[in-house]
Amino acid sequence: MIANLIDYLSDRLPTVTKVCYVAMAFIVFWSMSVDTSHAHTWAEKMIPGFWSLFGLASCAIVIMVARWYGKSGIQTREDYYDN
Amino acid sequence: MTISFMHPALIMIVGALLLPLFRGPFRKPYMILIPLLTFIDVVYLSGHPGTYGVFQFMDWELTFGRVDRLSMIFAFIMALMAIIGTIYGMHVEDEYQHMASWFYVAGSLGAIYAADYITLFLFWEMMAFASTFLIWARRDKAALEAGYRYILVHTFGGVILLLGFVLRYQATGDLSFDLLNVKNPELYTWLIMIGLMLNAAVPPLHSWLPDAYSKATAIGAVFMCAFTTKTAVYTLIRSCAGFEVLIYLGIIMAIYGIIYALMENDVRKLLGWEIISQVGYMVTAVGIGTTLALNGASAHAFAHILYKGLLFMGAGAILTVTGKQKLTDLGGLYKKMPATMIFMLIGGLAVSGLPLMSGFVSKSMIISAAFNEHILWAGFALTFVSAGTFLAAGLRLPYLLFFGKNNCSEETWEKAEDPSWNMQLAMTIGGFLCIFIGCYLPFLYDMLPYTEVSYHPYGAYHLSETIQIMAFTAFGFILLRKYILPTNTISLDLDWFYRKGGQIFLWTVKNPLQYMDTALSRFYEAVAISCLMETSKFWSWFDWNGIDGVVDGSARCVRAIGRRVTIVLQRGQIQQTICYTVSFAAVLLVAYVWL
Repeated sequence: MIANLIDYLSDRLPTVTKVCYVAMAFIVFWSMSVDTSHAHTWAEKMIPGFWSLFGLASCAIVIMVARWYGKSGIQTREDYYDN
Repeated sequence: MTISFMHPALIMIVGALLLPLFRGPFRKPYMILIPLLTFIDVVYLSGHPGTYGVFQFMDWELTFGRVDRLSMIFAFIMALMAIIGTIYGMHVEDEYQHMASWFYVAGSLGAIYAADYITLFLFWEMMAFASTFLIWARRDKAALEAGYRYILVHTFGGVILLLGFVLRYQATGDLSFDLLNVKNPELYTWLIMIGLMLNAAVPPLHSWLPDAYSKATAIGAVFMCAFTTKTAVYTLIRSCAGFEVLIYLGIIMAIYGIIYALMENDVRKLLGWEIISQVGYMVTAVGIGTTLALNGASAHAFAHILYKGLLFMGAGAILTVTGKQKLTDLGGLYKKMPATMIFMLIGGLAVSGLPLMSGFVSKSMIISAAFNEHILWAGFALTFVSAGTFLAAGLRLPYLLFFGKNNCSEETWEKAEDPSWNMQLAMTIGGFLCIFIGCYLPFLYDMLPYTEVSYHPYGAYHLSETIQIMAFTAFGFILLRKYILPTNTISLDLDWFYRKGGQIFLWTVKNPLQYMDTALSRFYEAVAISCLMETSKFWSWFDWNGIDGVVDGSARCVRAIGRRVTIVLQRGQIQQTICYTVSFAAVLLVAYVWL
């Protein structure tokens, strides 16, 4: 049943993508209307969609750091420790 | 009112010892009964806080049962996980594995209720040894080696802890296991913290965790992911709350774990790195040390045991049915293992802190505690890690396992199916609790150790913050996922120093040292032995000719004189003999009189 649902959605990938973009736009729009009195710093109050940018930047940074670190010689062949 | 105290660890130990006697149809009911009894005992004790099980042993007072709110919540979740883990492994016939896991649970419960360092140390070591058998139960070479590394590292940690509390006892005469003076730390404070920290897998003492958990058996890893690190978090809350260095170590730990999780190819190693990252939140909270932070650490440990157990159960299910645990050997499994997929998604979303899931209500408490104390960098760093966590466990892992490119061989694809009923039941309980905790706050929040603080996770601002981060992390993943696809590699870590260090030591022993030893033997043979032989020959000659000559010569001389005397004086005539004797006597008499 779930497999069918996933197949159904993946057959309609462009529509699913569009729905996701709309949802993201809605989330950012909603975040601007939320009361920011509980914000921790001024940056969150001043920058609209602060946490969206933070999420995207975090994701990009962590991926690129992991990639750079791995390629710098940390990732090595699987039998490295075998004699 | 007197309360009859039955230590929950004792139920597990006796239960484990009697387990081999229950066979056939009695085995499964027995395996449900014992953890259930333990759980009921823990719940019963929670209603009766106090100090129980105090024994006098030589000069020391050992306290086995300190029941307060802090030990209560940890014992509750450990006993609950013991039930889930046992149900999960019920189909396995290997009774030694079940015995090891029950001893392991007993060690954890014993450490949680212990109120002095000797009792703590006893159960601490029980945990280390019992869990080693869960690795060895896999019975292959890699597991055997990993087990040895694991036990050696934990023995090292145990010795540091022992050294710490013995020094403390010498300095203060106090063995009670309570909050240390972390504002003015002594050498023993550091040693105790390091000993406890090793079990919490805080860098640089963390490498044992992904190494061991990825090599353990499927059910072994389910138990291991719950008990060792979270018991260590409990002991850190108990003894090191407010130790500032833990904030820095915790943040490093959280970031370090997530970077390695993203590079990892082995599913269970990836989950191991995730544990390090998540325990980083708890360690940071212990370092912050406020009541909100400590509540957060306890709540996060509680939630973490359930969702991480769920993820390890899912990974164990895949390993059990397909025999594979590398992402490069798996993929596209949603068609074959839909139930496992749902459970792993629930686990992955719970660890990521999706609203209405357990991670959301526990993790945010720690982040709020950091912001409330105005440690802004720590708050932002932990939020950054929560995006990374969603990326690693909520997106990358399910994507590569169940969707994405199908790397399964034909044989793996044939074998892949949802696991046995008991494994699915255990995952259902775990999955249900992950959602239940996120939806019904009092269940977890009423159990938290410090009642004077309150926390409300479901504020509009916090919801909007979390949803934005998650949505845009997902967007970033879609764009950049090609950079974190799995490869057939392992990632070098600090265990390099003892794994390669060990090999270098072995090589040094085998090659240069062995060579020097052989050379020394040859030199000895050539020079020393011949010198020794010549010297011995000389002494032998000297002995024969010198010493023996003198001794024999004197003997011969005495014999010759004797013979002459005999010839001259004893001719056999009695008159002559009497004459000599009387003359001699007269000479003596005269000499005596005159002198």
